[in-house]
Amino acid sequence: MRELRLITDAVRGGFERHGYGEVWTPALEYESVLACADVAEAAPAYRLIDESGAALALRSDMTVPIARLVSTRYAEAPLPLRFFYLAHCYRRVRPQRGQSRELLQAGIELIGAEAPEGTVEALTVLCRTLDGVGLKDYRVGLGDASLFRTLMERMEVPEHLRSGLLDALAMRDFVMLERALEQAGLSADVRDSLLEVSRSRGGLEVLEHAPGPVADAVAGMREVGERLPADVALRVIFDLGLVRNIGYYTGAVFEVYDPALGAPIGGGGRYDELLGRFGRPLPAVGFALGLERLHIALAGEERGTGAMLQ
Amino acid sequence: MSADLSSDVVAGNALAALTIAVPRGALLTETLDLLDGLGLDTAELRSNDRKLLFEDVGALSVETAEAGTADVGTKDAGTKVSVITMRPSDVPTYVEAGAADLGITGKDVLLEQAGIEGRGGGREVYELLDLGFGGCTMVLATTAGENAAGEHAAAEALRRLGVMRVATKYPRTALAHMESTGRQVEIVEVKGSVELAPLTGLAEAIVDLTATGTTLRENGLVVREEIVYCTARLIANPVAHMLKARAIDDLVCRLRGA
Repeated sequence: MRELRLITDAVRGGFERHGYGEVWTPALEYESVLACADVAEAAPAYRLIDESGAALALRSDMTVPIARLVSTRYAEAPLPLRFFYLAHCYRRVRPQRGQSRELLQAGIELIGAEAPEGTVEALTVLCRTLDGVGLKDYRVGLGDASLFRTLMERMEVPEHLRSGLLDALAMRDFVMLERALEQAGLSADVRDSLLEVSRSRGGLEVLEHAPGPVADAVAGMREVGERLPADVALRVIFDLGLVRNIGYYTGAVFEVYDPALGAPIGGGGRYDELLGRFGRPLPAVGFALGLERLHIALAGEERGTGAMLQ
Repeated sequence: MSADLSSDVVAGNALAALTIAVPRGALLTETLDLLDGLGLDTAELRSNDRKLLFEDVGALSVETAEAGTADVGTKDAGTKVSVITMRPSDVPTYVEAGAADLGITGKDVLLEQAGIEGRGGGREVYELLDLGFGGCTMVLATTAGENAAGEHAAAEALRRLGVMRVATKYPRTALAHMESTGRQVEIVEVKGSVELAPLTGLAEAIVDLTATGTTLRENGLVVREEIVYCTARLIANPVAHMLKARAIDDLVCRLRGA
């Protein structure tokens, strides 16, 4: 517990230094509130009924409760709003190392700040907070949740095939993706460029070398990339195939990786349409770190062991 | 440029090595042939079936960098490769945890561990390539012969008792198949010699993997339904797929060309 406390103190300090204020919300929300957001993979899993018969659910993330808070308690507040939290969330997962059904998350929500500046700020807070905690070898994968969908529209992939292709991409099942693209009766050109996109990851050159329609679609990523401070840019790997399994993301999405752990430590992205569902349309971006995973990665780096550090 | 530096750091140094989880059993020989084709040294892997960890079986030299991979045109001594061997069903476990960066295992194993539709819980591994070998079919089989109504044993049980008993080493796959076809089933999980179950009355049918059907025939069983065709797959750990992008893309590219 002492180690975890040092980590939470460092994380809290990092967020506060960047001007973020801590918020707290109840673990229980009305199920209808959580259902407003399209959280897909992270759908609330644990429910109970209160004394009046209303359905409550344990929150599965903090983004949705904070979106609710913004439209109710901060309806008149000047923008942008900068919130952070350290809170337990509850998810339906197979309990294993670094993944419990009750997980402790630390994250920020930056509300009322558009892309690319807001995205750059969130990535900067993310990296500088991790630096402050003492994590050394982490990298941040940066993608765009709308990229593949936009490309499929521009390349006129038949509409009924799109969700299946997106599912395959989200799972990174490249065998299924390739097969589905073959069966879709698309031209070899279209098929190859979609496959290419799904696998492209690396430095800014990935964006610069992008062919025709892809080059337009990655314009947003390039704007973010060009504005990142040098120490943050050093950490970022562009990943055109990154799709997070949460439906409310609209633009930039990112995930944090460390060689000491075989699973992402955290992630986030832009959710420009979520606040509108709660009555106050505002652009927003945020991220959450899994503190148990961060702890494992820190310990692994210190010992020089862990997933990829043997 | 700073972003280039980042991918260099990632692809270089300590992260240049790859650990590959290789399945013992039916897929072993063809897997080792594949590794031979990449210029790795599998002699010890072939001769020593007790050793589990083979450090440094050679290096993958980087030939031509493909457009779109992390780094273009960088020269180095190649990616050091280690191999660990295990049962095919353990391969996703090692790869998911990052104890191996890549793994080779059957689609049957991946399907069985894929979690339950809509309820999550699957293995977090990326499926990179269909390697094409190790082709097998997951089938539902029963004893030969039909009753007067032309039904096999499992169909008769389903009609008369409302449920059929299916013995299998693949309980999730079997359950998913029966649910998707709207039939009540009682799964009897066994660890081996599945063919024995219908012969002794433990179950009316089995769900099992078959390549040639010989074992089924020798035990007087008949294939009634083909569920899915399975081949060997190359899988990757999600974090390794990102942090070792160049080495992994290069390997995939060469396997494709092979």
